[in-house]
Amino acid sequence: MSILITPDTKVLVQGITGDFGARHARLSLDYGTKVVAGVTPGKGGQFFEHGAHRVPIFNSVADAARATGATVSAIFVPPPFAADAILECADAGLDLAVAITEGIPVRDMVRVKRAMAGGHTRLLGPNCPGIVTPGTGERSQGGCRIGIAPGYIHRKGHVGVVSRSGTLTYEAVYQLTVRDIGQSTCVGIGGDPVNGTSHLDVIRMFNDDPETVGIVMIGEIGGNAEVEAARWIRDHCRKPVAGFIAGSTAPAGRRMGHAGAIVGGAEDTAAAKIAVFKECGIEVAVTPSDMADALIRVATARGVALS
Amino acid sequence: MNIHEYQAKALFEKFGVPVPKGAAAKTAEEFAGALAQLPEGPTMVKSQIHAGGRGKGTFTDGTKGGVKFCKTKADALEVAKGMLGKTLVTVQTGPAGRKVQTVYFTVASDIKKEYYLAVLLDRASSRPVIVASTEGGVEIEKVAHETPEKIFKVVVDPAYGLADFQVRDLLTRLGLTGAEAKNGGRLLRALYAMYWETDAAMIEVNPLITTPTGEVLALDAKVSFDDNALFRHPEIVALRDLNEEDPKEVEASKHGLSYIALDGNIACLVNGAGLAMSTMDIIKHFGGNPANFLDVGGGASKAQVVAAFKIILGDPNVKGIFVNIFGGIMDCNVIASGIVEAVREVGLSLPLVVRLEGNNVEAGKATLAASGLPIVSGGSMADAAQKIVKLVP
Repeated sequence: MSILITPDTKVLVQGITGDFGARHARLSLDYGTKVVAGVTPGKGGQFFEHGAHRVPIFNSVADAARATGATVSAIFVPPPFAADAILECADAGLDLAVAITEGIPVRDMVRVKRAMAGGHTRLLGPNCPGIVTPGTGERSQGGCRIGIAPGYIHRKGHVGVVSRSGTLTYEAVYQLTVRDIGQSTCVGIGGDPVNGTSHLDVIRMFNDDPETVGIVMIGEIGGNAEVEAARWIRDHCRKPVAGFIAGSTAPAGRRMGHAGAIVGGAEDTAAAKIAVFKECGIEVAVTPSDMADALIRVATARGVALS
Repeated sequence: MNIHEYQAKALFEKFGVPVPKGAAAKTAEEFAGALAQLPEGPTMVKSQIHAGGRGKGTFTDGTKGGVKFCKTKADALEVAKGMLGKTLVTVQTGPAGRKVQTVYFTVASDIKKEYYLAVLLDRASSRPVIVASTEGGVEIEKVAHETPEKIFKVVVDPAYGLADFQVRDLLTRLGLTGAEAKNGGRLLRALYAMYWETDAAMIEVNPLITTPTGEVLALDAKVSFDDNALFRHPEIVALRDLNEEDPKEVEASKHGLSYIALDGNIACLVNGAGLAMSTMDIIKHFGGNPANFLDVGGGASKAQVVAAFKIILGDPNVKGIFVNIFGGIMDCNVIASGIVEAVREVGLSLPLVVRLEGNNVEAGKATLAASGLPIVSGGSMADAAQKIVKLVP
C-alpha cells in the first residue's frame, strides 16, 4: 500500500501543452504513471503524443475526468490562473489536486482554501514538488509520479517522507535509497504559507498506512505546522519518526525563497522547532546529511526493520 | 515588497484611513514647498528608510533620532537639512545603516492615547487576521510576551470579509466609545479593505492614536506586499525604491536567482530553497560561516550559474565557495559545464568545493576533473561542507 496514490491511480495534467507541464508529463509517462488525460482550455480534441503514448486533451477538468476516470490532477498552470485551476478540480470532484505552480498570490490561496473547506477534494501544494509512490520496476519504474520529482532516485519500500522543500526531499529520498531503504510514498506539501495539506495530515495517513513502518519529516523555519505535527506524533504515532528543520542560520524576518519561511517570533525558529521535536520523541537529524541515518538510529532503537 | 511610510500613508488616504496631514521631499530645495502644504505649528520630521526603529536610531555623524518633533515649521526645515543624505543606523538596518533620501513632514498630532493595529495572514487558519492592542507606540513583541491579555485578534472569513460584529468587538476591547468608536470603525474597515484589495502581506500601524477631539489617526504606517501578486498591481510596483535594496539582490532577481547577503565568508550556490537553507546550516554546523543564501532554482541554466558566480564574487567578504547541486531532473553535466565556464570567465582565486548528486552525475564529475581547474569534489553534503570549512581560514 501507499498513501494518497497508487501505481494504478489515473492522472490528468492541467497545463499539459505548456513547456513545463509537457516535460513532466513525458517523464511521468516514462516512469510508468497512468497519465490518462491532459487539460488545456481551447485545445480539447487534440492529443499529447510521447513515444507510443497518445494522451487525449480536454477543454475542462470535468470533461477529462468523465471521459477517462482520472481522479487526480497535476497542475502546471501559470500563477495568475492557478487558483482557478485548483477550484476547477474541486468542482469536478477529483480526489486530489497536486498544485506544482510556484508564485500563486497568497490572497488567491486564502480564497481557494476557504472554498475547498469541507469538500471532497484534497489539495497538495501549491509550490510543491508533488508526490511519488515508487513502483517495483528498475529504478522504481511502474510507480505513480505526479509533479516534478526525479522518479529514478526512489525505491519501493516502507518509509514515508513528507517535506515542504523539493530538493531537500530528493536529498532525503536519495540517502534512503543508497542505504537500501525503500519508500512507501514521498509527499511534498510545498513551501507556501497557505497550502492544502499539512505535515500533520500526511503524518496521520502514514500512521494509518500498514505498509509504512517509519517516517521522515522535513520542515523549515516559519509557521507552526511542524510543531503541531510533532505534538500529535508524541501522543498518537506508533512509528519511528526522524525529523529535520532547515533554516537554523536564517536571519530573522528575511524571505528565504519560500514565502512561508519567514521567522516571525520565538516559536517558529529552527531552534524552537528542533526543541519540540526532541521533546516529542522525534529523532533529529543534526545536519541535512544525517536524515536517513537519524531514521535508522530511531528504528534500530525501537527494534523496527525499515527494509 | 516594502514601501516607505509616506507612500503607505498616501495609500491609506486613498482607502479612507485617516492620517495626519503630511508632505514628502527628496531634495533640500523641496523642503519649503512641502512645508507650505502644512499649517503653522508643531511638526514632525521623519526620515524615510525601509526599516523600523527610526526614532531611536543614530546617524553615522553622531546625531540622534531619525524622527524628530519640532515646535515650528522653521525648526522642521533646519532639522530636515540635518537628516537628508545622511546614513541612519537603527536596530533593523544593521551596522551599515541606510541613506536617507526622502524626508517626510507631518503635522504633530495631539495624542490622547496610543494603540497598536495590524492586518496580516494568520498561517494557522489560512485567513487574514486583525491584531490590535491597547498598548501602542511600544514593541508589540514585548507586549505579546509580557501582557498577552492586552492583544486582541480577529480572524476574518474570506468568504464574507470583515463583519460588523467583529468591528464592534474590536472597538469594545480597545475601549473606544462615542465618536472614537465611530471613527475607529470606519478606519478598521478601510484598513482591511486596503489589505485585501492591494494584496498586502502586512499592514502595521504603531501607533494608532486617538486625539482629544475624538479623531482616530494612523500615526505611522509599515506596509509590505505579497511579491507573488505584484503582477496585478502595477501602481504598487511603481512605488518600489531600488535604493532600499541590496544591489546584489536586485541583480540576482534579474537573472531569476534568489539571493540574500549574510555576513559570513563561505558563499553558497545551491538549487532549491530548502536545500539552500540547509546548506547554510551545515556550513555553520561544521564551524564555518555562510556568506549568502543563493537558490538558482530547479532548472538552472549555464547563464544563470555564470551570473550567480559573478554575484557571489562581488562580495569582498567571500573567502571560499560551496556549490551544492542535487540534480534531480536537471543534468549534472550541464551544471558542471556551467561551473567550468563560469570559473574560466570570472577567474577564480578562492577555494571552490563542488558537490554534485543526481542525474548524470558521473559525467558531471568527469567534466569538473577534466577541466584542470582547482575544483575540489565533495562526496556527501557533510563531506563537502567539511572540506570547504577546512579550506577557508
